[in-house]
Amino acid sequence: MRRVGRALRPAVIPILAVITAFIVGSFFILITDFDNLSKLGKDPVGAITGALGTIGTAYYSMLIGALGDPAKLGAAISNPTPRAMAAAIRPITETLVASTPLIFAGLATAISFRSGVFNIGVEGQFVLGAFGATVAAILLKDQPMPLILLVSTIAGILTGAAWGWIPGFLKARTGAHEVITTIMLNYVAAQIVLFGLRSDLLRKEGSSEPISKVLSDFVRIPLIFNLPAIRLHWGFVVALLMAVVVSWFLFKTTKGYELRAAGFNLNAARYAGMSAGGAIVLAMTLSGALAGLGGSMEVLGTVPQMSNDISSGYGFNAIALALLAGNRPAGIVAASLLFGALRTGGGLMQVKTGIPLDLLFFIQALVIMFVAAPGLIRVLYRFDRTRGPGAEKVVEGGAA
Amino acid sequence: MRLELKDITKRFPGVLANDRISISADRGAVLGLLGENGAGKSTLMNILSGLYKPDSGEILIDGERRVFVDPRQAIEAGIGMVHQHFQLVPVFDVVEAVTLGAESVTGPVGTFDRKTARRRVVELSEQYNLNVNPDAKIEDLPVGVRQRVEILKALYRKSDILVLDEPSAVLTPFETEELFGIIRGLAAAGTTVIFITHKLNEVLEVADQITVLRRGRVAGTVLPKDATREILANLMVGRDVELKVVKGPASPGDVVLSIRDLHVRDDREHMAVKGVSLDIRAGEIVALAGVQGNGQTELVEAIVGLRSVDAGEIFIDGQDTTASSPRHVSDLGVAHVPEDRMRDGLIGAMTVAENFILDTYHREPYSRRGSLNAKAIAERAATAVQDYDVRTPSIDTFAGSLSGGNQQKVVVAREFSRPVKLVIAAQPTRGLDVGSIEYIHRRMVEQRDAGAAVLIVSTELDEVLAVGDRVAIMLGGKIVGILEGAEATYEKVGMLMGGGE
Repeated sequence: MRRVGRALRPAVIPILAVITAFIVGSFFILITDFDNLSKLGKDPVGAITGALGTIGTAYYSMLIGALGDPAKLGAAISNPTPRAMAAAIRPITETLVASTPLIFAGLATAISFRSGVFNIGVEGQFVLGAFGATVAAILLKDQPMPLILLVSTIAGILTGAAWGWIPGFLKARTGAHEVITTIMLNYVAAQIVLFGLRSDLLRKEGSSEPISKVLSDFVRIPLIFNLPAIRLHWGFVVALLMAVVVSWFLFKTTKGYELRAAGFNLNAARYAGMSAGGAIVLAMTLSGALAGLGGSMEVLGTVPQMSNDISSGYGFNAIALALLAGNRPAGIVAASLLFGALRTGGGLMQVKTGIPLDLLFFIQALVIMFVAAPGLIRVLYRFDRTRGPGAEKVVEGGAA
Repeated sequence: MRLELKDITKRFPGVLANDRISISADRGAVLGLLGENGAGKSTLMNILSGLYKPDSGEILIDGERRVFVDPRQAIEAGIGMVHQHFQLVPVFDVVEAVTLGAESVTGPVGTFDRKTARRRVVELSEQYNLNVNPDAKIEDLPVGVRQRVEILKALYRKSDILVLDEPSAVLTPFETEELFGIIRGLAAAGTTVIFITHKLNEVLEVADQITVLRRGRVAGTVLPKDATREILANLMVGRDVELKVVKGPASPGDVVLSIRDLHVRDDREHMAVKGVSLDIRAGEIVALAGVQGNGQTELVEAIVGLRSVDAGEIFIDGQDTTASSPRHVSDLGVAHVPEDRMRDGLIGAMTVAENFILDTYHREPYSRRGSLNAKAIAERAATAVQDYDVRTPSIDTFAGSLSGGNQQKVVVAREFSRPVKLVIAAQPTRGLDVGSIEYIHRRMVEQRDAGAAVLIVSTELDEVLAVGDRVAIMLGGKIVGILEGAEATYEKVGMLMGGGE
């Protein structure tokens, strides 16, 4: 029990931040609920109950939209046809599909942050990884599918890794700040993709838009459930596996130790004889490789073809995820599931209540703000008083 | 004014920081408040300055009970604090820095009345012999003068009670003497001074009365004429402390470290080490004395491979290491205790166990085919914690939360646990309490007696004279003198440090 408690401790602030964000979000629903607000003068009780009803409907439909409708679940159990079963699990599988790229991008970001380098280029590495996988897949399209899958995944990892290596190398060699170089390389990556997709080799036949041939015609990551309109594929499992691998790498291997040491205190790492440049290059390359793998999984599993919209800002969301997760791999998974659920649940909410999807970005932003200001949460919920002013100093002295 | 603190108790979660502490100081008296790190000195002073509220007990000024809700009220009651870390805006000039927050204003919109302020700053500076140029920029002033600006700040706010928190920590021996002169002047003019320190000599020299704190309690109050260093150290630590470094005569062997006409540049590309030559033999301790910033830092970094050498040569154990990497130097058997342990010696956000393997993590048995051997690491940490008496709740505690002395023990334990031929220790006892200093010195002497060559860089004259078998003095990037232990006296070394004959 104590072990579980210890493991959950770092999650306290993020969880309270999420709850607080939803509470604040409900005020936002309240003050934009003009139907009920306009009745406030004539029928205050009706207006208030009506407004509270809107909040309830909004959050409930978001929940159903993200996890599934209990009614449909019941129907699927009593009458297990493929159609009914698909209808029951579709929301939750969509949530998992939506969280898959977030997990990869989040892990990529976390590994760089842990190592003290700020890879803001996960977006570009993700997109370019997807592009690399696309090129490999199209070149090999007459080969057997397992081979295409394997080679294009590796191609995606390598392109992502290369795109991460460049800013790492530049920093180690010349001191060029990775924040600047990675942001710029994001633009370069987007242009490379646009340019590449205009070539006859890659472009979809008959299209003038920069979109690739439909990859799913000849290669597709196998689906986990063989049910109609369920998109969940094994890429999600690969994402979970990567979370385990990253955790193992960071905390159980020599190289991971080196990266963390350099990340926490580069001076001490240098004094202890570690190569600072080596750590930077390694961290950036691994970060890029994870992003590239995420891009390949997305293009080979979730979407039918490559285009410049392959990432809807995953690389940037990942920065928020890493913050929310405190750069812990398990936290990245949890936070990605949350963001994925918001994305998929929001659709149903919009349909049911007419509340715009923007509410979700509002809530996402609030979550991140509260996590970034843990003092605010501590004050709100009045806990963790040991951290009052001066306590740190006393503890320090007490250990003497 | 007469200040009295009566039965002050302050509890933090898990710690009784102040346990019924009573101190008092008469008008114009200097009270020395002595105690190790964590004895409760800072908590007590934070209560006096209105930052903390005591759980019980009272503050009396001239016999009248006072309660401070915030620091402003304490300032209004005439209490002035000079913190160890100065609270000055670097780009301000002295007048601006002194008046900040208590500006005199003039005219309808309340413009800053610089003329009046400047006049008063000059007056105070002259009255108390502070010798501060009112128009100098803070960032251009040496540390000692900045401290006098802090004192000016308190006086400007009409403080009758002045609290100085570890004021000598940043000063050269000469500046410390000057400060003592100023303190005596202030006291003679009627200011009550509370002088917080962990240095025994200082309270004996400047205080009228000494109160010693230990673990949140008053361990004793003595008059300087009745006290000796030994008595005070005993009160502070709670046991007898060996203040002299116990060591037999050195028996120097072969040359281990040989430096030939070394030139090294600092971060700003200025030449910081200008032609240093030095030999250190096995079985001897060479103490390198000098005021901070005379090239010692760069010299040490060059020896251990962290800074590239402009010209000259370094040999360790006969091998040319002029261009070697830090890891190669450390593999030759060099233990390095860096000057700033929190910045360079430890990773505060990693555990004690992880810090013990900072230099050996890539070797057997800690690393097996690329993965860490948790069992070996834990065993290693447990042994080191035991052997070096590191006081830590567990080996999984973050190193950053240990006290300074225990952090230094972690560094020393790590560095001395490899086969050592050469020890390079920079300011190894800076900021440590008496007990830890004794301990670290003993370990250094042990290394010497085991046949290692030891270089200790220090700005503390006491330390240099106590541990050095030979004393080298560095000034302006050069070694200006090497004295045999017997001929190294306080006066001679101090004079060479200051550039005298």
